[in-house]
Amino acid sequence: MRYLLLIYTNAENWEHPIFLRDPAFLALPQEERDALSAQAEELFAEIAESGELVVGTALADPATARTMRVRDGVPAATDGPYVEAKEQLAGYFVVDCDSPERAAEIAARFPDARFAGVEVRPIMGMSGQEM
Amino acid sequence: MSVPGGGAAAGGPGPPGVRVEAVLREAAPRALAALVRRFGNFETAEDAVQEALLAAAAHWPREGLPDRPDAWLVRAASRRMTDLLRGEAAARRREERAAARTPPDELVAPSADADAAVPAGDDTLAVLLLCCHPALTPPSQVALTLRAAGGLTTAEIARAFLVPEATMAQRISRAKQRIRAAGGRFRMPPEGERDARMRAVLHVLYLIFNEGYTASSGPDLQRAELTGEAIRLTRAVHGLLPGDGEVAGLLALMLLTDARRPARTAPDGSLVPLAEQDRARWDRASIEEGTRLITGALARARLGPYQAQAAIAAVHAEAARARDTDWPQIVALYELLERLDPGPVVTLNHAVAAAMARGPREGLALLAPLAGDERMARHHRLHAVRAHLLEMDGDAAGALAEFRAAARLTTSVPEQRYLRGRADRLAAMRQDARYG
Repeated sequence: MRYLLLIYTNAENWEHPIFLRDPAFLALPQEERDALSAQAEELFAEIAESGELVVGTALADPATARTMRVRDGVPAATDGPYVEAKEQLAGYFVVDCDSPERAAEIAARFPDARFAGVEVRPIMGMSGQEM
Repeated sequence: MSVPGGGAAAGGPGPPGVRVEAVLREAAPRALAALVRRFGNFETAEDAVQEALLAAAAHWPREGLPDRPDAWLVRAASRRMTDLLRGEAAARRREERAAARTPPDELVAPSADADAAVPAGDDTLAVLLLCCHPALTPPSQVALTLRAAGGLTTAEIARAFLVPEATMAQRISRAKQRIRAAGGRFRMPPEGERDARMRAVLHVLYLIFNEGYTASSGPDLQRAELTGEAIRLTRAVHGLLPGDGEVAGLLALMLLTDARRPARTAPDGSLVPLAEQDRARWDRASIEEGTRLITGALARARLGPYQAQAAIAAVHAEAARARDTDWPQIVALYELLERLDPGPVVTLNHAVAAAMARGPREGLALLAPLAGDERMARHHRLHAVRAHLLEMDGDAAGALAEFRAAARLTTSVPEQRYLRGRADRLAAMRQDARYG
């Protein structure tokens, strides 16, 4: 079963790994910051090695986003993300794992889950059972 | 294995690519076994055989099948193995010392069975047993089985499971490392472990079949090949262990289920429920073979869960029309299955059968305990079954709510379409009832 993990952030200064720029992270004592960095590295190594990691991608600063809207056939572009929010999408991962519980466990181990949030969305497939 | 190009005759009947593919898949586990016996390193030997298979797939369609395909593969794989071992020697000196002490003759490798201590058939079984080692998760067992026992390429397996090739390669190499770390050996497990290990093999073959069977259309069509691969491997195991009732039961279950494939999807890819399938489109040859297998197994062997499931499929298959189905017999078989191999999916199917045999209230009563299970409460199938039973019971409002809940929870596009369709139909009927 494949899941999309959406990594959200509060970071004001955009630089990956993004959690390092989160104000709440920067306020932590050095030891805790080191521990979180190690936690992230362990997680990436683990899901790469297990073959669960399908893809992982960092996104550019929301300042570079453009949102297209077409109204009455007229396209219009606005600068910035579609949703104005304090928390912004910083990147995404696709993981292929055994259970929803495992996907949730992986999501919770992203340091970003501690500051903003990591959303877990099942990816739909074309396979199905007749009833 | 999709073989590129291939103009010249590769020997034998049929298109050269198809013939080459069949020979390669048969030979793959035997070549692997020959290499492991010779070099004693399953992990690297499996890589070497994979590369030899790729080389054969490129050469044979052009140059024709060699006289002894097994020997050709073993020779090519042995050469590659020597290179790989040299490369690994520095990093893993201690482990490879034994192999390094006896450098193989690179030109004249023995054929697959020349130094065989066991018959070739047992090789296939030994490869399957190792691929389904208990230290691995089911997805890893599936991937490794398809490559090492099935002779599929990493790229084909990756395509079938919709992940990048690098991800699949990683999963396979990680699986082999885990087997080594767990002390997995390339030999038949001791008598006491054999039953449990065989159950794992059958489960993996079942998973491979299901992965292919549930594929519908479009981008997933490639996955449908997995059913053929699962049937081929299960048939091979049945050939080696003809007296094993569960192996026969699993093969029968696959054949009887696969027989319905032409009728289970409409031309637009939408799912057709069992009750509405055009039974004239069911594959008679598969049904006959499956029925013969399960009848024989039930007469001779100790009953197991695959046999019970195959027997249920056979009862469905013998009904010329959906309304001719012998539901009381199916209920009795589900009662048996609940004792042999209980689980929420069995209970769901049992509830449907009970509803058909004795009325929807009976089915709903069987579902009641599942509602307390937090995981099942979030599972679309519980809601879908409850929706069907409520509809049978005349509770249109309840059924509508359950169909909608099921449609929201499924992660399958065709299932969602089916469930939304049922919900819409009910909603329209209620409108008609109100205003008509």
